[in-house]
This record gives sequence, structure tokens and C-alpha cells, in this order.
Amino acid sequence: MDSFTPLSAALGGFLIGLSAVLFMALNGRIAGISGIVAGALTPVKGDWAWRAAFVAGLILSPLVAWLAISEKPAVTFTHPIWLTALGGLLVGFGARLGGGCTSGHGVCGMARLSKRSIAATGTFMATALATVFILHRILGF
Amino acid sequence: MRLLSSFLVGLLFGLGLVISQMSNPQKILGFLDIAGNWDPSLIVVMMSALATTLIGYRIVLARRKPAFEAAFQLPVKTVIDRPLLTGAALFGVGWGMAGLCPGPGLTIVTIGGLAPFAFLAAMLAGMGLQRLVKV
Repeated sequence: MDSFTPLSAALGGFLIGLSAVLFMALNGRIAGISGIVAGALTPVKGDWAWRAAFVAGLILSPLVAWLAISEKPAVTFTHPIWLTALGGLLVGFGARLGGGCTSGHGVCGMARLSKRSIAATGTFMATALATVFILHRILGF
Repeated sequence: MRLLSSFLVGLLFGLGLVISQMSNPQKILGFLDIAGNWDPSLIVVMMSALATTLIGYRIVLARRKPAFEAAFQLPVKTVIDRPLLTGAALFGVGWGMAGLCPGPGLTIVTIGGLAPFAFLAAMLAGMGLQRLVKV
């Protein structure tokens, strides 16, 4: 457990929660990233710009952090790029079929005590843990 | 105003991901690899985010309406059905393969080299495919 970083995890988690609360208070919406992105793919008049603005904020955030602490946030890929892409395909497909991802179900939905979100979060946690177990411990990735 | 608030909330959400290092696939995989050198950080991120949202939503949803829109838009489905569970199961497999979910995937697009582009292109294709295929 030598890579455990509880303080930055708690602070970052607080900011994620705070942004979910602010988004509900100001825009009246669930801060679910897959839903925000998917909705931008089939643009409806008047329903596109706020989605683009949210994504622009996300994309700028590591650059703001980089400027603030003059250190580039670490990003390390340990899996091959084809596996990352295959994962992306399943993430996109699964998030839409299941109506949400880690943010929409895992944070916002669970915080609303939604039975659907609790079931979804339990399910994707289980299959993700099983997938990494198979990839790392059996297939040797 | 609602565009500005969307942008600033997106920025804050991204900063939360970067500070907690949930923007780093290695960190996500460190959590998901329970049989390896396990890193429980993701649990702390989730608990902290959940506690904040649980309390915050109580206060916010007691109000009549949000600041910049006419009404709150909350999910209406309550049934745990097959698409929900199949979708979540596939999502989890993809999350484990990539070490990324949609938020972090977008967040690291300027600092992560080629891999986030491959992830995002495939993710968008997956979202489009879901609309065409009946499961």
C-alpha cells in the first residue's frame, strides 16, 4: 500500500463532490460526464453549448493545475494502447446502455440513494476488479 | 450565466480529478489490482465525494429550483433492469482495460500523449454504436 495518498484523495474527492452539488444548485443537473458528452453528440438546439462549456472546463483543468504548482500532473499508461482503446469502446457502449458512469451513477446517483445507481456501481466495480485481476494476475499485462 | 457555471463546474470537477490523481490511469489500476500492490486511494476519493454530495444535495434539492434553470432535471427511472446491469458490467470491463472512465479520459487529453485520443475516439464510437445495436 505504499502508493496510498489519502490526503490528496480526500481533498480531490471533496472538490468532485462540491462540483456535483454546485452543478445541481446552479444548472439543476446531474454531473454525469458520459451523459453530458453523449448529449452533445446529437445536438439539440439550446442544449449543446453548456455541454461544450463543461467539457472545456474539464480539458483546461490539468493546465490550470500545472500553472499553479509548476509541475505537470502525472499520467502513466501501463497497458498497451490497443487495450486502452478497446476499453474505451466498452466504456462508451456500457455507459450509454447503463445510463451512466463513475460520476453519474458512482457519485451523483449514489448520493441520491438511487437503487439503480447503487446496483450499477456495485456491478461495474465487480467487473472492473475481475478484469484487472485477469489482465494482471493471469494474462500478465 | 449557465454557460459560465457549466465551464467553472467542469474546471472544478477536473481539478478534483487531477488533485486526487484519478486522472492517472496507473492510479486507477493500482486500486483495481487488489491482488497486487493495492492502492486504496480511489475509495477515499469516492467516500469524500459521496459525503459531500449526499449533504449538498439535501440542501440544494430542498430549494424550489436551480439558480439558472427553470427546474431540476433528475432521472426518473427506478427499475433495476437488464440494460442497466449489462451496461454497467461492460463499462466495468472497459474501465479495467483502459484504467480510464469518461471524466479522466477527457481531462488528460492535453497532457497524456496519444493514448487518451485513442480512448476517446473509441469511447465516442462505443456511444454511437450503442444507439444502433439492440442488446
